[in-house]
Amino acid sequence: MNVRLYVLQRATAALMAPLVLVHVAVIFYATRQGLTAADILSRTRGSVLWASVYGLFVVAVAIHGSIGVRNILAEWSPMSERHAGIFAIILGCCLLALGLRAVAAVTLP
Amino acid sequence: MTEKIAVSLWRGRAQDRYQLYEVQLRENQTVLDVVTFVQRHLDATLAYRFACRVGMCGSCAMTVNGRPRWTCRTHVAKVIDRGRLKIGPLENLPVIKDLATDMAPFFEKWQQAKGAFAPSRTRSDPIERIPPGGAARMAADAAIECINCGICYAACDTVRWNADYLGPAALNRAWSLVNDQRDAGNPARLAAVAASGGCHACHSHQSCQEHCPQALNPTASIAGLKRRTTLAYLRGELKA
Repeated sequence: MNVRLYVLQRATAALMAPLVLVHVAVIFYATRQGLTAADILSRTRGSVLWASVYGLFVVAVAIHGSIGVRNILAEWSPMSERHAGIFAIILGCCLLALGLRAVAAVTLP
Repeated sequence: MTEKIAVSLWRGRAQDRYQLYEVQLRENQTVLDVVTFVQRHLDATLAYRFACRVGMCGSCAMTVNGRPRWTCRTHVAKVIDRGRLKIGPLENLPVIKDLATDMAPFFEKWQQAKGAFAPSRTRSDPIERIPPGGAARMAADAAIECINCGICYAACDTVRWNADYLGPAALNRAWSLVNDQRDAGNPARLAAVAASGGCHACHSHQSCQEHCPQALNPTASIAGLKRRTTLAYLRGELKA
């Protein structure tokens, strides 16, 4: 891992720490209050705030997770650093596409 | 009856085996004394390396009962396990023969980490005064007593997993020079330690400081390098 990947991974970790807390708090609130899917969608659809929070979360996860997987593969598998990097970029793109698709599904009006 | 030690010594190269010898247990005996006794009295073909015998040269490090140690300053009484000593070459380095490892990769990484002092003045210039109590000088002093024994390198999991990783000793040396106000080589040095295989590969397992016979803390030095290179990168002084 070079300094660019290190900075990206630490920066996304710092971003995710409060976002994970928000996410956990939302889960607790939704389950404790007995919100239905329709209740949740009525609050998230068209909400710029929820689209921003979860959109940012997905971007951070895609970057952070793929750098981590790249490091694990480069150290613990026979894969070369270059091949691990290519695999990680593909993984990051998949995470980003799936995550943004999910965010769009609950926030687009 | 005099007490004996069952000493297993690694013989050959990477694919060979441990061989058992019996050595008389003596008072104040070091592990190096045991290996020397075997070589002089039981098997003259045994290869091992030592020089000063007083913990200064860093050439006698071996794996003793599973841990890398400086054998000249390790008393048998402290490490013997149920009357047995198992002594092998240092890990993470190619074995030349028996207990002697090839230290070339270790020192090549010192060079890759720009571990050589780069003077900022010539011999014609007046000598620069460095206050011993200055923060940078104290940080340099904390990392400077390395004897190049290779114990931290042998103990490091990241070195084991990543052949390109520069290792704790080379990075500790780089950190002492980063803090040396007389040195002019920092741009190249920071670029070298910020590249792939540099300080950011360290997982902070701290085996280096746990095993260092000089009680140095290479993990702290590497953390310092991480901070310094991150700042340099964010300021646009480093390209990655």
